[in-house]
Amino acid sequence: MPDTSTRASKTPPLPAPTGAENKAQEVQINGRPYYPDGDPDMPLMWYLRDVLRLTGTKFGCGIGACGACTVLIDGKAQRACVTPVKATLGHAVTTIEGLATDAGLHPLQRAWIEEDVAQCGYCQAGQIMAAADLLARNPNPGDDDIAKIPNLCRCGTYPRIRRAIKRAAQIAREGSQ
Amino acid sequence: MNGLSRRAFLFATATASGALLVSWKFARADQALPYRGARDEAQALGDFVRIEANGDVIIGARGCEIGQGVKTSLPMLIAEELDVGWDRVRVEQLPYGYVETDKGPSNRYGGQGAGGSDNIPSGWKDLRQAGAVARWLLVQAAAARWDIPAAQLRTQSGAVIAPDSRRLGYGELAAEAAALDLPKDPVPLKTPDQFSIIGKPTRTVDGEAIVTGRAQFGIDAYFTNTLFAVMLRCPHLDGGIENVDDADARKVPGVKDVIVIEGPNAGDPIDGVLASGVAVLADSTWAALKGRAKLKVEWTEGPWAGESTSALAAKAHELLDKNADAVPVRNDGDFAKARKQAPIHLDARYEMPFLAHATMEPPGAQISIEKDKAVLIASLQSPSGASQIISKLTGIARKDIEIRLTRSGGGFGRRLKNDFVAEATLIAKAAGKPVKLIWTREDDLQHDFFRPYGVHAMSAALDKKKKIVGWSHRCAATPRNYRDRGMTESKAPLYIGCVEPDDFPAGLVANLEKTYFPVASGMPRGWWRGPIHTFHAFAVQSFIDEIAIATKQDAVQLRLDLLGPPRRMKYEGSDQPGFDTGRLAGVLQLAADKIGWKDKRSDGHGLGIACHFTFGGYAAHAFEVSVAGSELLIHRAVCAVDVGRVVNPLGVEAQMMGGTLDGISTAMNLAITLKDGQIQQRNFSDYPLMRMAQAPQSVEVHIVESAEDPSGAGEIGVPSAAPALANAIYAATTVRVRKLPLLAELKRML
Repeated sequence: MPDTSTRASKTPPLPAPTGAENKAQEVQINGRPYYPDGDPDMPLMWYLRDVLRLTGTKFGCGIGACGACTVLIDGKAQRACVTPVKATLGHAVTTIEGLATDAGLHPLQRAWIEEDVAQCGYCQAGQIMAAADLLARNPNPGDDDIAKIPNLCRCGTYPRIRRAIKRAAQIAREGSQ
Repeated sequence: MNGLSRRAFLFATATASGALLVSWKFARADQALPYRGARDEAQALGDFVRIEANGDVIIGARGCEIGQGVKTSLPMLIAEELDVGWDRVRVEQLPYGYVETDKGPSNRYGGQGAGGSDNIPSGWKDLRQAGAVARWLLVQAAAARWDIPAAQLRTQSGAVIAPDSRRLGYGELAAEAAALDLPKDPVPLKTPDQFSIIGKPTRTVDGEAIVTGRAQFGIDAYFTNTLFAVMLRCPHLDGGIENVDDADARKVPGVKDVIVIEGPNAGDPIDGVLASGVAVLADSTWAALKGRAKLKVEWTEGPWAGESTSALAAKAHELLDKNADAVPVRNDGDFAKARKQAPIHLDARYEMPFLAHATMEPPGAQISIEKDKAVLIASLQSPSGASQIISKLTGIARKDIEIRLTRSGGGFGRRLKNDFVAEATLIAKAAGKPVKLIWTREDDLQHDFFRPYGVHAMSAALDKKKKIVGWSHRCAATPRNYRDRGMTESKAPLYIGCVEPDDFPAGLVANLEKTYFPVASGMPRGWWRGPIHTFHAFAVQSFIDEIAIATKQDAVQLRLDLLGPPRRMKYEGSDQPGFDTGRLAGVLQLAADKIGWKDKRSDGHGLGIACHFTFGGYAAHAFEVSVAGSELLIHRAVCAVDVGRVVNPLGVEAQMMGGTLDGISTAMNLAITLKDGQIQQRNFSDYPLMRMAQAPQSVEVHIVESAEDPSGAGEIGVPSAAPALANAIYAATTVRVRKLPLLAELKRML
C-alpha cells in the first residue's frame, strides 16, 4: 500500500561528510545538517516538501506574494518559494516543524491554539513564522507593526491573528519574568 | 454532492446491526486510516464511535473540512448525545464511505460533501442519533451487568450511573455494548437544557496539528514511487492542441514523461477535465515545472477567441436596453402598470465581475491506480463526484476506489468540481505509476469555474407615501450552469444561480417582476461561496439603500417596513422551513443597534447597512467608514447573525468574521477579466486578496440566541458584507459605487 507519511523523521538527513570545507555545502534545517545534492536552483520550498517531506511549509503562489511558504533563514522571515536551495547553504533554516523546542510549543503556537485562529489552516504556518520574526525583533508589537505582516489569509482570520500575536507577546513576557 | 437521505443513514445503521464489532471491518485493515494503531481492545459502537478500554473516545468526522469547522462541529453533535466529556474525545477523519446496497450506491456515513452550508443541518438530523445509539448500547450493557432496568440508569461524562450511585466508565462497558443488537427504533435525544457540548465555544480539533505543521492537507500526501506532474493547459477558452514539441522538456534532468490530455469537445458537458493540456511528469515538482517551461505547444483558439469582459458588458446592457430574449423568473401583480401610475420611480444598474475561488491550497490530487483498485488522497468538497469520475475514467468499480479525506486549504465551491481529479486520473493511468498533480497559482486563476458575470437592472416604483409598490429586477448574466451534464439535459431553468425567485423583497411588494437574460460566454462558471446570494445581494441591498436616500427615508426602517410582521414565507430551494421575515428584521435591527445607527457621526464618517437570507441563515452587516483621498478606511465592522441554535459559537464567530472579510476583500479588490478570449489575471499580484493592513482591526460578531434548528454558517457571512460597505461609502462620500470591484470604481469616481 502507498506510504503517505509526511513525517520528516522518515527521511533522515544524509550522513555528514567529514572535513570543514563541506560546511559550505551544508544547510541547517531545524538544527540538523542537510547536504542538498540535487538541483541547486530548486526553491527551498520544494526541497523541504518534496525531498525532506517537511510539508508544514506550504505552496501558495510560487512568486513570493502570499507568504504561505514563509520560513526563518538566520532568524529572518523569508519566502521559501523564491529562495533557491543554493542560497541557503551555510545558513540556518527554521520551519514550522522546528519552531517548538524541548521546552514546549513556541508562545505563538500556544497563542494560536488559545485564540483558535485557524479556519482552513493552510496559511497559518507561514503566518506564524512571519510573526515569529516580528516578535524576535519587537517583543511588544503594536497594531501597526502587526499589520505590516503581508501574508495572505483567504479565510479572513486576520482579527484573530492580531489577537494571537498580542497574546503570544504576553506569554513570552510572562515566561521571561 | 452526497445529498444525505435519512434512508442512507438508517441503512448504514441497519447494516451494522448485529455486527457492531464488525462495523469498522467495512474498511479493510489497510484502509482503516482513522484507526490505524488503535488498540485491539477498543470497541466500535456504530460507524462513528469507538471507545478505548481506558475510556478515551474516538469520534469519526465524516465531512470535508475546508475551513468551515465541520471536523470539530459534527463530532460535537455525536459527543453530546453520547454524553462524554469533550476532553476525552479524539476526532479522526473518516474516509469516503461509499458502499453498495441492494438498493444501489449509498454512503455508510451519510452525506460527506461540503456545499450549500448543509453539514450542520444534516448532522443535526442524523449524527445526534448516531451518538445517542452508542450511548443507548452502553446503558443496555450496564443494565445487563448490574441487572437493573435500563430505564433506571443515567449517564454522565462518559459513565453510566446506577440509582445507588455505582458507576461504570464507558471504557469498561464498551466490549459488552459492542456485542449488543442496535435498537430497532430511533432512541430519544437530549433536550436542549441537557446540552453540555452543543453551544459551548470549542476550539478546532486540529489546532495543535496546524500550528506545528503536522496537519495533513491533500497536497501534503505522497505515494511511494510517485511521479510529480504539472500541466500546461490551453490558454484559450475551449481551445485545443495543434502541435506539441516536447523535445526540450524531455531533456530537463528529472523529467520522465510528457503526456497529452485531450479536453472535452466545445459545448460537450464537463464532467471530467476542463481544458486540453500537456502534462509533464518528473521526479520532483520543481523538475516538472522546469520541464513545463520548455514545452512548445501550438494551440488552436477555439470558438471564443474574441471574447472580452467589455464585450460581455456591452452585450448585457444591450439585452437589458432592448428587454430582449427575456426568461421570466417571477411575476407578481403588474409592475409595468404600477410603474406607470407611480409618482416616484428609480432605476439603477449594478455590475458584477467574474470571480475566482483562489483557495490558498491550489487544486491538485494524489492518486495511485492499480489494475482493479485506486486510492485518491486530495482536498475535496465532493468525494462522491471524485469517485464517479475515477470510476468512469478507469473502469474501476466505485467500491474499489478508496478516497482518503484530508483537510482542504479552502474550498469556497472550487472543489465541488473534480476536474483536477480527472486530470490526475488520466495522467496516472497513462504513466502506470502513482501521480501527484500540482496546480500552480497561475493554473488556478486561469482554469477556474468562475462566479458568473452579470449586470442587474433594478427599478422601483413608489406611491406618494413613499411606499414601494413596484419592484423590477432584471438580470443579464452568464448562466451559472456551465455545461453541467444533468442541467443541460434536464433543461433546468437557466436563471438558477443568477436570480433567486424568492429573494427579498419577493412576496413583500405587490407588483414585482424578476427577469433573466442569458449572456452567452465561453468562461467556465461554477459555485462561489454563497452562490447566487453574493451575486444577488449586492444589487438588491444597494438599491434599497438608494431608494431610502432618494426618498429621504431611513434605510433600516424602510427595510423593516417592507419585511412587515414576522411570518414564514416560501423560499424555493431551501430545505429550511422557508424565509422568516422576523428573523431577518431581527438581525437587521441588531446590527443597527450595535453600530449605533441613530447616532450622528463625526464629519466624513459614514454608516452603511445591509441584510440577507442565505441557506436558512440570516445576517446583517453594518460598517462605519471614511474615505481619505481615495483611501478607504473601515473604522468598524459589525455583523449580526441568526443561524438558529448555535452548535459551536467559536466556529460561528470565525465563519462570520471570515465571511465578512471575504465579502469585503472580494468587493474591494477582485475581478477576473477577459481580453481576446484569455483570462488576464495570473497570480496574487493581479488578483490581490486583502492583506492584514487593509482589513478592519476586528469584526464585531453578534449571534442571535435561538431555539430553531441550526443552519450552516459557512456562507451566510458573505452576501450582505459588500452592499453594506458600498452603502457606507455612499454615506461618507455621496459617491455611489454600482460596479465591482469597488476600490477601482471609487478611485475613478472621486
